[in-house]
Amino acid sequence: MIYLDNSATTRPYKEVIDSFVKVSTDYFGNPSSLHQLGVQAENLLSKGRKQLADLLGVKPGEVFFTSGGTESNNLAIKGAAIKHRGRGNHIITTEVEHASVRETMNQLKQLGFEITYLPVNSEGRMNIDDLEKAISRDTILVTVMHVNNEVGTIQPVEEVGKFLQKYPRVLFHVDYVQGAGKIPLDLKRHHIDLCSISGHKFHGLKGTGLLYVRDGVQISPLLTGGSQEFTIRSGTENVAGAVAMAKALRLTMEKQRSDSGRLVSMKEQMIQGLMELSDVTIHTPSVHSAPHIINFSIKGFKAEVFVHALEEKGVYVSTTSACSSKKKSTSTTLLAMGVDEGLANSSVRISLSYENRMEEINQALTIIKETVKNLKEVMK
Amino acid sequence: MNYDRILIRYGEISTKGRNRNKFVEKLKRSIQRAIVDYPNAKVQGKRERMHIVLNGDNGDEIIQRIKGIFGISSLSPAVKTSNEIEEMKEAALKLFQRVYTEGSTFKISARRADKTYFLDTNELNQTFGAHLLKNIPGLKVDVKKPDINLQIEVREEGTYLSCENIPGAGGLPIGSSGKAMLMLSGGIDSPVSGFLSMKRGLELEAVHFFSPPFTSERSKQKVIELAEKLSYANGGYFTLHIVPFTAIQQLIQKQVPENYTMTTTRRLMLRITDALREKFGGLAIVTGESLGQVASQTIESMYAINDVTNTPILRPLITMDKTDIIKIAQDIDTHDISIQPYEDCCTVFVPSSPKTKPKKEKVQYYESFVDFEPLIMEAVEGTETIQISPKKEQEADSLDELF
Repeated sequence: MIYLDNSATTRPYKEVIDSFVKVSTDYFGNPSSLHQLGVQAENLLSKGRKQLADLLGVKPGEVFFTSGGTESNNLAIKGAAIKHRGRGNHIITTEVEHASVRETMNQLKQLGFEITYLPVNSEGRMNIDDLEKAISRDTILVTVMHVNNEVGTIQPVEEVGKFLQKYPRVLFHVDYVQGAGKIPLDLKRHHIDLCSISGHKFHGLKGTGLLYVRDGVQISPLLTGGSQEFTIRSGTENVAGAVAMAKALRLTMEKQRSDSGRLVSMKEQMIQGLMELSDVTIHTPSVHSAPHIINFSIKGFKAEVFVHALEEKGVYVSTTSACSSKKKSTSTTLLAMGVDEGLANSSVRISLSYENRMEEINQALTIIKETVKNLKEVMK
Repeated sequence: MNYDRILIRYGEISTKGRNRNKFVEKLKRSIQRAIVDYPNAKVQGKRERMHIVLNGDNGDEIIQRIKGIFGISSLSPAVKTSNEIEEMKEAALKLFQRVYTEGSTFKISARRADKTYFLDTNELNQTFGAHLLKNIPGLKVDVKKPDINLQIEVREEGTYLSCENIPGAGGLPIGSSGKAMLMLSGGIDSPVSGFLSMKRGLELEAVHFFSPPFTSERSKQKVIELAEKLSYANGGYFTLHIVPFTAIQQLIQKQVPENYTMTTTRRLMLRITDALREKFGGLAIVTGESLGQVASQTIESMYAINDVTNTPILRPLITMDKTDIIKIAQDIDTHDISIQPYEDCCTVFVPSSPKTKPKKEKVQYYESFVDFEPLIMEAVEGTETIQISPKKEQEADSLDELF
């Protein structure tokens, strides 16, 4: 098996699963319980929080555990919108956000918020000038993703953060789900107020995530109840998941330091190999893109057929983002980039992790080339 | 060029006359403890100032570590060069560019400790000013309120250059004023009181009264966390004594009329703390009392409670308002730990209406029916001493492999 769908999810590290099992078995107490078992569980949760905070360069009190990227995005955006609706009802985002942001915007629109979607250029990147034009007295939140999950474009979040310094009343949220563990992001230096991270994208477990909320920033909770997570997110804490996520991020960031170059080489090798095919369009921009995502189309190929054909030979890739793969909708990111619908419908995403090896890339390329050849014969 | 040393200026130490060497030694020890895991950095203590020679270790991290150490009035990242003018100029420019941002103004403050040097102070100012102006377009001089003050000190052994002045924590080096016991309850006040007395150079050991099952494991945990916070000011080291107090509290409840239990409890805590002070060699007791804050902190209560000892009791917060205390607690990061809602020894046995004006004679009379002395000895014997040290945090427990 050659697994090249790491932006959909990653295989959890063995050490991460070991931690999860050990914590679930030996430290199953509820962190809110008064007795020793509760204290132990609470200590583990605090340690996990501290480790994650250290890795992200923030304070432990700024890390709030959630169930993943979708919840973090919902909590950040709706939480900020509800809390600050007295201040204004305008939110700015981009045309290429993940569904968990896009659909949240739709919901807020129905509730009476006004949403501005910033356009992107042919590389899928937004522009600060458009943001400047869009911002108004009523703007309460700007939300921009860091790495686009479909094509890998890196948005200028650092510039956005700097620009928004002129608007102290506007909160800035970054969806860092695809970037975490791949591209460092200095949350403090770039004046980011809210930041979403998901555990299973870096070899942690599904159902784990966190939201960074800068000290002093207030948001409303979406889940109310037993006042866990400093009342921002009620519900008995997933201690084992949180510990597992802390370990996964540590291991991944160690790999980031040692193996970043290797990841980039694998991506370049893959792109070079793909370019040898005829009728190929690479949608991933050659600069300012993530080191692990390659999005391409082969003219005239249905993406779904191609994905299944590769699967038969043990190569796992995906059509657009996994979340929208089943809905058979055309990639919003590619459409926003101005790619025509036919080509967008044949787009395939390959996404790598530090676990992949160069041999796998070469094998996958051979298989892709064979598959293209066979499919072309069938379709002739 | 990255700076190769950190220059440390002393606060009040320099006024301490003949004791100065002792003070410098204490400060040097505090700093060495705080940066023990930076093996290359060397601390050189001199009479007027101290240098940390980095030898390749990370200076920014070390500055973060030592910023909070008492006895430092300010510190500066600095470079040492030879007295060769070209080398000095080059170093000055590089150091300056590290902190320069467009639009900043500057001035040069040269000092010629080596009076035989061929340029005098004015000539030094002019030479270096001209060099920077020539090399950084748009740079402006402002001698009154410069954004950057490039300090150049020419000494016989070499020239020191620095252009940032980072304020230190002030105060006196810990240990330079001797040792005392801190009564640490777990509330907001006592950690602040401890912090302030450490700032004046006291070395502290904390005493906490623990009454299981009336007070929970969590309240003990909370006190350990508070002690850990206080340890930061002491290079990560702190000693915490946990006194088993259940038996005594139960006896008080039985023996003393309800409205006097609080007074007696405080008196016994003080007696035990005093015994521990004697055992561990301190000369004073520090409390977090603030006048009039609660029933035990009225002047009448203090008079009745203080009756059990002649040892000096230091009350750094005595005249402070609660809001000011809270502010300091937030600054030193103990506030959020203190407000965790776990029962501690002070809250469980609180009578519904404690005497705010207890009489010394009455409380002496109520206590006269029991001999508390053996119980006090027993509590002192049974006291658990926890050593907080940075190493312990690193070695940590088996839980570390989970992360």
